[in-house]
Amino acid sequence: MEKQVALSMRGITKRFGSVVANHNVDLDVYEGEILAILGENGCGKTTLMNMISGIYFPDEGKIYKNGEEVVIRSPKDAFDLKIGMIHQHFKLVDLFTAAENIVLGVNEKGRYNLKSVNSRVSQIAEKYGFHIDPQKKIYDMSVSEKQTVEIIKVLYRGADILILDEPTAVLTPQEIERLFDVLRRMKADGKSIIIITHKLHEVIAVSDRVAILRKGEHIATVDTCDATESSLTEMMVGKQITLDIDRSEPENVQPRLEVKDLNCIDGEGIHVLKDISFTANSGEILGIAGIAGSGQRELLEAIAGLQPIASGQIIFNNPKKDRPVTFFHKSMRQVKELAARDAFHDRSGAPMRLKGMSRAQIKAQVSAGNVLFREDEVMNLRGKTPLEIRSLGVRLSFVPEDRLGMGLVGNMGITDNMMLRSYRKGRAGFVDRKKPRALAEDIIKELEVATPGVNTPVRRLSGGNVQKVLVGREIAFAPKVLMAAYPARGLDINSSYTIYNLLNKQKQNGVAVIFVGEDLDVLLALCDRIMVVNSGAVTGMLDARTATKEEIGLLMTKTNAPAKEVAP
Amino acid sequence: MSEQKKSAAHESLFHLTKRTEVNPASAMLIRVIAIVLGMVVCGLTAFLLIEKLHGDPSKIKDFYACFIKGSFASERKLWKFLKNMAILQCISLAVTPAFRMRFWNIGAEGQTLMGVLGCITVAFYFGGRLPEWQLLILMLIAALLYGAVWAVIPALFKAKWNTNETLFTLMMNYVATYVVSYFLVIWVPSGSSTLGKLKYGKLPVLPFGNQYLLIILIVLALTIGLYIYLKYSKQGYEISVVGESMRTAQYSGINVRRVIIRTMVVSGLLCGLTGFLIGSGLDQSVTTESVGGQGFTAIIVSWLANFNPLVMIVTSGLISFLNSGAAQISQDFNVSGALPDVIVGIILFFIIGCEFFIHYKVVFRHASSEKEAVK
Repeated sequence: MEKQVALSMRGITKRFGSVVANHNVDLDVYEGEILAILGENGCGKTTLMNMISGIYFPDEGKIYKNGEEVVIRSPKDAFDLKIGMIHQHFKLVDLFTAAENIVLGVNEKGRYNLKSVNSRVSQIAEKYGFHIDPQKKIYDMSVSEKQTVEIIKVLYRGADILILDEPTAVLTPQEIERLFDVLRRMKADGKSIIIITHKLHEVIAVSDRVAILRKGEHIATVDTCDATESSLTEMMVGKQITLDIDRSEPENVQPRLEVKDLNCIDGEGIHVLKDISFTANSGEILGIAGIAGSGQRELLEAIAGLQPIASGQIIFNNPKKDRPVTFFHKSMRQVKELAARDAFHDRSGAPMRLKGMSRAQIKAQVSAGNVLFREDEVMNLRGKTPLEIRSLGVRLSFVPEDRLGMGLVGNMGITDNMMLRSYRKGRAGFVDRKKPRALAEDIIKELEVATPGVNTPVRRLSGGNVQKVLVGREIAFAPKVLMAAYPARGLDINSSYTIYNLLNKQKQNGVAVIFVGEDLDVLLALCDRIMVVNSGAVTGMLDARTATKEEIGLLMTKTNAPAKEVAP
Repeated sequence: MSEQKKSAAHESLFHLTKRTEVNPASAMLIRVIAIVLGMVVCGLTAFLLIEKLHGDPSKIKDFYACFIKGSFASERKLWKFLKNMAILQCISLAVTPAFRMRFWNIGAEGQTLMGVLGCITVAFYFGGRLPEWQLLILMLIAALLYGAVWAVIPALFKAKWNTNETLFTLMMNYVATYVVSYFLVIWVPSGSSTLGKLKYGKLPVLPFGNQYLLIILIVLALTIGLYIYLKYSKQGYEISVVGESMRTAQYSGINVRRVIIRTMVVSGLLCGLTGFLIGSGLDQSVTTESVGGQGFTAIIVSWLANFNPLVMIVTSGLISFLNSGAAQISQDFNVSGALPDVIVGIILFFIIGCEFFIHYKVVFRHASSEKEAVK
């Protein structure tokens, strides 16, 4: 039986300023099929779908539903045409129950009757195999449950074309399998399902056909049964690439950062980190896996001195090496304090007290490089501000998740962003832009950052280039510990692998790398050990060379597990 | 064909798109067009509202001539224009550091007024008892202190309890007005509660040039100083980082609270200094209207200049020019005092409105395809 075309797009073009997000795209969706839209980040997948769901309006081109031309100017128009989209970021009211969220905005005749809504929601859930309690509040729900609510919300409005934007990004392998079952059941019911993704194995597992977008253009649509991962990658990237991470054996492994029984309570009194203990070793990559929001961000911020700590220790071990004290940030006070605690010694190794010396004498001693300290002194970073951590000589680099909101200043150029770390140095009062500028130029050259110049605001750069700037800066300060949260999120395949290779190189240089990731395949390929967290607690520590995705998936949702430390 | 028409009717005629890159030349062109349009609308309004212009369109050019006369008719007028501009510029400089930090301080009016009060208080109590130069120094210190205190109070609350700085600084303006009223009642218990010109504590006049020259030079030096402070100093860099993103600031080890408080102290000191220039250099007295709303005008001046002290010379000049031109019109054509406000309002409306067209462009849909359909 020939399948009916449910929706087709002809010559769709959308521009944002000078950026062409979609160019002349033709696409057909049939009834009763799962169509995957595959493409790298920033290739215009979501933009294209937003035009069907009424968020954007195309600059050019036409959309046909069941053969008739339609104009979709708002999400309401889309719903009237039975098109529903499940966005990557859920749009739910936290304080409402599932059922209340589902009827929100539905204009039904008659009285508002929550009971009948509940029963209809249950009916839909039963039909497609969802598990949902209509009376549960959203704030009590897991990410997967919230997604279920979003899908039912769309089905409740009678949608027969469902668009799911990166539905698997936040789910565990088990949850993904369940979602795919539901999708298959909906397909059997004759619904058209479009899923946006950049994960190849999922495309192959669930879809009937794949439409590949590259740089806003529709490259091809192929039947999934005829496709292989490598053929899809080639179409997606436009050239044959090898995606290998060369994982070397860890060398010279020593405990570098020890976290002991760390507890954090956030501003709202929520226990965000519970008794976290682990050790990050030099010369190895420690992966942290977990559902988004399980405490990964808080953990890294606590180590970096950005999150108040309720209890626990963060111990930093440094290899033995004599280093002269310098005046970090005019900290005569700090130098005196440390001297009082016997932290310093002179060239012969005798303790240096500095007591009874005048400021000028101390200054002279320090400037002459006579005051030495031994970096192997174990330091507790607990309760220290980022500045104090740095002035103790702890070289801790941190690539935060929110690149432009935390790691960099979007409106500043690369030079000024380099200064974030170093502007305090140099002549008092005025900033020195010469060295940061040289560093900026180095990073542009070494990491092949595509930018019009060192002073172009970094927010104008593409995601991959922004990340190269940030990672480049953090690496430039020769870290002993490098923490990176989702460093490849939103990056195209080539840039992602550039970043993975940079982390790998740091590991080979003896840095203790802590890598928070979401793609389990990458975690398994890149890391040496993987720590799994759930709801702010450690649920397991696995050897990345032997662990499986399913094992990690189970640990990601496991609760109340006693935290175990597995020796590397 | 009919279907096509139907769909065309559904589509909106035009839509707005954000410009990704703003070309400075075209931005300037848009601004110039806006000012010209504003002046044209002003001329039409004046033609309708001013009796002397009725019925004789050729007289409209008198209206424009009068506008220019306000600032440039005589040397005296020119100096007065420059003095007004300098004071406005000085308050605009004062609000700028806080604005660069995205701290929406709209309390410059009150901070400046407190500066005036501080310097006049010293002059009132110590005038004649101290040598003039000591008195002046004391007046300056008092003005700076009053301004800084008035600015740092909202900053402390913001840093400690994250209160809304806009409301807080606005309210402080009213408090300042009433504090001034209070002292006026104490100092001048009888009658009008108007403090006459004080004999002591007058800012000296330079031996050459105009009586306002010293004030103008001080403000010019401050402008350059603040430009360097914001652009090249570590503190200026910290202000920019805090303004762009507090989280980035924390991440890079900047003590955000300290920067907020320190920057507001700088703002307050500059307001206090302006208060000193007004109190000691111009009025030698204080009223609740000593600042006369310039603390609010300064916000527009600073914003239009995109918080750049050097560009502010242009914007403060423009606003001062408008004010004196409008005042001249109300004098020459013998119309009510509200008309100057209307005129300045119309032009500001165009200047501020044009910022929208600098950042967005209007794209008409299917302009080409519809033409084809007509064919």
